[in-house]
Amino acid sequence: MNAIAKSPHQDLQSPVAGSQVIASSERKIWPLTGGVHPEENKHQSTSRPVSVPPLPETLVLPLSQHAGLPADPLIRVGDKVLKGQMIAKASGFVSAALHAPTSGTVTAIENRPIPHASGFYDLCIILETDGQEQWCPLAPVADYRQLSPAELVEKVRDAGISGMGGAGFPTAIKLAPGTAINTLIINGTECEPYITADDMLMREKADAVIQGAEILQYMLGAQECLVGIENNKPEAITAMRRAAAGKNIDIVVFPTIYPSGGEKQLIQILTGQEVPSGKLPADLGMVVQNVGTAVAVKDAIVDGKPLISRITTLTGDALAAPQNVDVLIGTLAQDLLQYAALKTSELSTLVFGGPMMGFSVDRMDIPVIKTSNCLIAATEDEFPAAPDAQACIRCGHCAEACPSSLLPQQLYWHARAENHEQLMHHNLFDCIECGACSFVCPSSIPLVQYYRASKGAIRTQEAKHAKSERSKQRYEDRLARLEQEKTEKEAKRKANAERAAKLKAAKTTEQTESNANAEEDPIQAAIARAKARKAAAAAGNSEPASARQASDRPLSAKQKELKVQLSMAKAQAKKTERALAAAEASAELKGDKGDIEQLKSNLAMLNEQVSKLQQAFDENSQYSASKDSAEKPVKAAKPALSDNEKKRKVELAMAKAALKKAERALAAAVESNNGNTESFKQAVEACQANIKRLETEASEPPAETAITPSADAKPSAKKAKAPLSDEAKKLKIESAMANAAVKKLQRAIANAGEDELDTLKQQLVAAEQKAAELKQGLESLS
Amino acid sequence: MALINSRSSISQRGRETSPHALGQNSTQRVMSLVIMATIPGLMAQTVFFGWGTLINVIWCSLVAMGCEAAVVSLRKRSVSFYLSDCSALLTGVLLGLALPPFAPWWLSLVAVSFGMVIGKHLYGGLGQNPFNPAMLGYVVVLISFPQEMTTWLPPLGLEGHNNSLTDALFTIFPLGQSVDAISMATPLDVLRENKSLTINELWEANPVFDGMAGRGWMWVNLAYLVSGVFLIWRKVFTWHGPVGMLAAIAIMATLFWSGNGSDSHGSPLFHLLSGATMLGAFFIITDPVSGATSNRGRLIFGAGVGVMVYVIRAWGGYPDGVAFATLLMNMAAPTIDYYTQPRTYGHHKANKGLPKKD
Repeated sequence: MNAIAKSPHQDLQSPVAGSQVIASSERKIWPLTGGVHPEENKHQSTSRPVSVPPLPETLVLPLSQHAGLPADPLIRVGDKVLKGQMIAKASGFVSAALHAPTSGTVTAIENRPIPHASGFYDLCIILETDGQEQWCPLAPVADYRQLSPAELVEKVRDAGISGMGGAGFPTAIKLAPGTAINTLIINGTECEPYITADDMLMREKADAVIQGAEILQYMLGAQECLVGIENNKPEAITAMRRAAAGKNIDIVVFPTIYPSGGEKQLIQILTGQEVPSGKLPADLGMVVQNVGTAVAVKDAIVDGKPLISRITTLTGDALAAPQNVDVLIGTLAQDLLQYAALKTSELSTLVFGGPMMGFSVDRMDIPVIKTSNCLIAATEDEFPAAPDAQACIRCGHCAEACPSSLLPQQLYWHARAENHEQLMHHNLFDCIECGACSFVCPSSIPLVQYYRASKGAIRTQEAKHAKSERSKQRYEDRLARLEQEKTEKEAKRKANAERAAKLKAAKTTEQTESNANAEEDPIQAAIARAKARKAAAAAGNSEPASARQASDRPLSAKQKELKVQLSMAKAQAKKTERALAAAEASAELKGDKGDIEQLKSNLAMLNEQVSKLQQAFDENSQYSASKDSAEKPVKAAKPALSDNEKKRKVELAMAKAALKKAERALAAAVESNNGNTESFKQAVEACQANIKRLETEASEPPAETAITPSADAKPSAKKAKAPLSDEAKKLKIESAMANAAVKKLQRAIANAGEDELDTLKQQLVAAEQKAAELKQGLESLS
Repeated sequence: MALINSRSSISQRGRETSPHALGQNSTQRVMSLVIMATIPGLMAQTVFFGWGTLINVIWCSLVAMGCEAAVVSLRKRSVSFYLSDCSALLTGVLLGLALPPFAPWWLSLVAVSFGMVIGKHLYGGLGQNPFNPAMLGYVVVLISFPQEMTTWLPPLGLEGHNNSLTDALFTIFPLGQSVDAISMATPLDVLRENKSLTINELWEANPVFDGMAGRGWMWVNLAYLVSGVFLIWRKVFTWHGPVGMLAAIAIMATLFWSGNGSDSHGSPLFHLLSGATMLGAFFIITDPVSGATSNRGRLIFGAGVGVMVYVIRAWGGYPDGVAFATLLMNMAAPTIDYYTQPRTYGHHKANKGLPKKD
């Protein structure tokens, strides 16, 4: 059998790996790239059976025992909890629940030292045990095949299971990968020296491992299930073979070499495939689960028991009774070491995990968590302090040992130079930090430490870079927005100036006209005007003249008073609006909404007042207009017509304002990376559509006026535009109120939370409908 | 709790990063193994060319360590720490083996001190030097003192062979006494100068040739070959560099052999067993600091040295070219490194060249 045939690194093979295929395994296996052979030191802890240490008085349960977000406490200080009761729930997708390992009382939720390479403190639930071991009601599943895989995944999630091999990734996520899984790999490799937790688990609970594997296989729908075990565990291999007999599970044995138990490395050994860089095993149709995880899944499904204990190896020369223990999660290291007869005076280094990838801690009041597979109480002779690093002589032993085929010596070089570009070029992030390079380094250089530091530095730099990019984008967007606003303002100003100029021109013409008619009496003048209008009507345009007439009409005292009140109320409303905007802006920072509600109601009141005044004013002017029309029937139809024009224009202006606001809201949402951007975009689009419609409507009547003027109707045509704008002004006030609601709603939408959004949108639709109805009325009038 | 008190005992060491278990390998061990592996070659050279080689090796080692100690103390570093890695000693030993047996003391001094001070320490010390310090020193004296550098002693079995320790000592260190040492050209030199004789005639005419290669030279080369294989077995270095170099020499020598005629450059075996071929292949180009890092790179590096050694021997201005070829390839090593990165796990193909700028 040519086991190396598929390997692209024939020349890089460690001489020990390779074709040492165990005869009893018919499956083809592939050699690991690189690898080292540190002293195994496993026999010390396998001479005793797995035992259960006495129940400790206190359990310390960190809320973050897994990869992802910390769990969310469900209990309060002083609560009594039962064994197996969920005491903290998963706080997100990548998170895991936490259960009480025994019954007792929660005495505190506080920061305690946790097992972490940097000696961090983190939030922990402190449980005073009561010794009752009183279980909460459990829900075992008699036949897991009666449940769908999705239901089983839910159960696994509720059981708080995360990977027990070391990384602690929430298992439920791996069990619902979203891609078809062909191969389930159960990892019983345990390649790190000293650790024997998986070995002892397989020896003593092989049936549970196989049962768990079968459940996992069912959940994933995997046709194939492989259990990978290194050949240094003959007892475990025998037990597992016996348990798997007659089942669709293949026990695959391969030569012992570190780090064959890494997920990627195990896949390479068992299947000859490589997990593409940056991808997951699921992308190859594979899922890898630790044997401990398989047992935890079995416990969760078959017995309904959540993950509250695990097998942990207690070893090291400073222990008189090294062994494996079935320990409750949260048990402190000091209790366990005492149980394993710690020789305090000989202890030099306490390591959580294995000697290759574990981390040493400087205290013993640290709890065992779901990922703690080993505690090594080492003597000075066992783990002597690393000698001073010598110069790298680029001997390349590290490159030969690297299971990822990296060039550690080059990475080291570039790491020292902080040359991040080169580090990325040399695939730094494919480093699995197994420590093989540091292990073989003749110059005792802490290579892995350099890579960890560089990875951290690169991540920090990238985060900074992304942040500055975002800020830059935001700044540029703002500039563009300001520019746009400026041009818009400029255009508006120009348009206004033009209109004013035209108005002035029209007025001068009128002046001359009225000057000409100065001596005539009003009736004469009216007749003359009527004549002129008739002439214009003959030319197909009756509107302009009438419009002019309306604007000329002086305001009555009552009207004047109303107008003043109206403008005051409007000013007040505007002020309130501004205050509201400011309050909203600050509320976003402070989260205080009380002021805003107050201001909003104020604004609503003012708006109401404005609209009432407007109505009064309109009625009044309508009345005087009708009075006018009664006196001068010629003019009667004119004001109404001009009102329509004006209304449309104002609507347009309002719609534009609404659009601007919506756009601003959208920009703000985009900047803050808000999830609501889609709804804002829709609002903007709706506004734009509205404007377009209004514009087409508005452009029609003037088009009429533009087309109609004939040579003899010139003066009236000239006048036509000016009165139009005058009327528009009036109409603006009128329909401003109609659109105020729309505007308000737009703003509300911009600030609304998701749940409010729907109701607000409905309101907006209603308001827009109302506006549309009004418009229709106008159209029919015109 | 009593155990809490024991925190003090573990906090002395505090938190350390993984791995906590370290291998037994050390730079000192690597260097010592290489130095020990030169002993068969040293013995062969001493047997065939007299005591001069041994005296040279000792003298050069002393000078090398002296230079190292001087520079390190100038840099205010720990002298014992740096001397204990044995790298200076190795440089001295290799230069002692490479220099002619009766090379005067000042010649060795110039070679070693140039190699150590300028070739190694001015670049930043061990691990930072782009050139092989021993070869740099060798080339400096080869260019500066060609007369002294191209004359060797008659090997064992030839008239004029001098195996007197005192003669060797006084030739190298002429303390008022002068010794008339007979010198003669090396086989490579003779062959290069030969324009008229066929190979057979040359072999008969000149007693410096014997069997497949030069008298004595063959055994010296075989001794280095055996040591080299030992070092590969001990995993001090990989086979890639030596195999690349030897294969390249063999291929070049076969291609340009042109048989037995007077224009012949000599047989492949002659080239493999002459001059510094084996010393170069197993002790010079395997210097990891100035060589290529990846295995493929080392193969290319070795092949490059092999080709150039042959080119210099056959058509160049010097009888042997291991030193020049090594220095030339030292210059190419960083480029080779950039183009011979291994394919990383999970990547479709290997990265090549410099990182691309975005």
